[in-house]
Amino acid sequence: MKLLTHNMLTSHVKGVTKGFPLLIKATEVKVNEVEFNSQFVSRMIPKLEWGALVQAAEELGHRQDLPGELVPNYETNEDFLKKVHRVLLEVEVVEGCLQCPESGREFPISRGIPNMLLNEDEV
Amino acid sequence: MASSCRRPEHTAPPDVFYNEEEAKKYSQNSRMIEIQTQMSERAVELLNLPEGQPCFLLDVGCGSGLSGDYLSEEGHYWVGVDISNAMLDVALDREVEGDLLLGDMGQGMPFRPGTFDGCISISALQWLCNADKRTHSPPKRLYTFFTTLYSSLSRGSRAVFQLYPENSEQLELITSQAMRAGFSGGMVVDYPNSSKAKKFFLCLFAGVTGVLPKGLGSETSDKAVSNQVQYSGQRCRFKNMKGKSAKKGRDWILEKKERRRRQGREVRADTKYTGRQRRPHF
Repeated sequence: MKLLTHNMLTSHVKGVTKGFPLLIKATEVKVNEVEFNSQFVSRMIPKLEWGALVQAAEELGHRQDLPGELVPNYETNEDFLKKVHRVLLEVEVVEGCLQCPESGREFPISRGIPNMLLNEDEV
Repeated sequence: MASSCRRPEHTAPPDVFYNEEEAKKYSQNSRMIEIQTQMSERAVELLNLPEGQPCFLLDVGCGSGLSGDYLSEEGHYWVGVDISNAMLDVALDREVEGDLLLGDMGQGMPFRPGTFDGCISISALQWLCNADKRTHSPPKRLYTFFTTLYSSLSRGSRAVFQLYPENSEQLELITSQAMRAGFSGGMVVDYPNSSKAKKFFLCLFAGVTGVLPKGLGSETSDKAVSNQVQYSGQRCRFKNMKGKSAKKGRDWILEKKERRRRQGREVRADTKYTGRQRRPHF
């Protein structure tokens, strides 16, 4: 699971109102090289919850020098976009689990695929 | 029922039906791959994405990622959701570029509002119309799916579902639940005159109302005025034939070619040579 997906995922357990951001408890993380596309990254930045992204990168130990606040005029700042690209699309959680911040429900991740299936009483 | 064996929804729930054996077909059977790719091509065309812009898309019922492959080819980024573990394993083995999630569409899409620029789904929606467990209620599950999908799409984006509806009641159920969830839009039917090439696409707009695109191969049906029988020269056609074979004239050939074209088959273009007599041979 890429951190871009993590930034968009919420918990949809019954009764949970926000369910974001999901806490990552990773046991295996890998970095997979992906072709850099500055247009896509700068398009995605307004959609991101920046705080959640930085926090997730921190948890996985891949934050490096990602700033805590969004940089103004990031569209033209290639260096910054490359950093964001790395965190968003290259860092992947392979094994571990995601935890809902409200209900504490855990969603296991195996082979990079989070299991978002709910039990019958959680729908 | 004899016909029910032909619909996979009737045999088992999707997470059981798409086992390793079934999943293997989707990576090996070239005919299946071709059809899936063609349908994804058409679905992306109906999405009407802005030209030359990489988009973030959702693929519901992504399976082994055949439709996703086409999205990656077009330069888009995608997230796939599927309920079958075996199919997702095949997708992993094929090293698809998108991110995968194991999830049930009837339980809702677990995404933040405004995430995606569009959504496609190939042959998945009809699975929602079946109750596989005692607690399942198809209308409710459809409604949950459409409401959560609506919120996860950005305003002005579209969702295109290719589906195999079993009957008109099922289609009505699906569209009415989609409209209740706030979507506008409707069905686009490609090649309505052919039994084989006929394809149903549910084309939904989130936020704005758009003009529904035309189905392929349906040009002639637009000419008809509703509630009125069209005058067709059907009866007088054979009156002045007098001894000539009805199936040899240029008109007949042109008509037949037109018919085949409507069915979505490959037909050579009409030229001045079409239906022309050959020179005499001895």
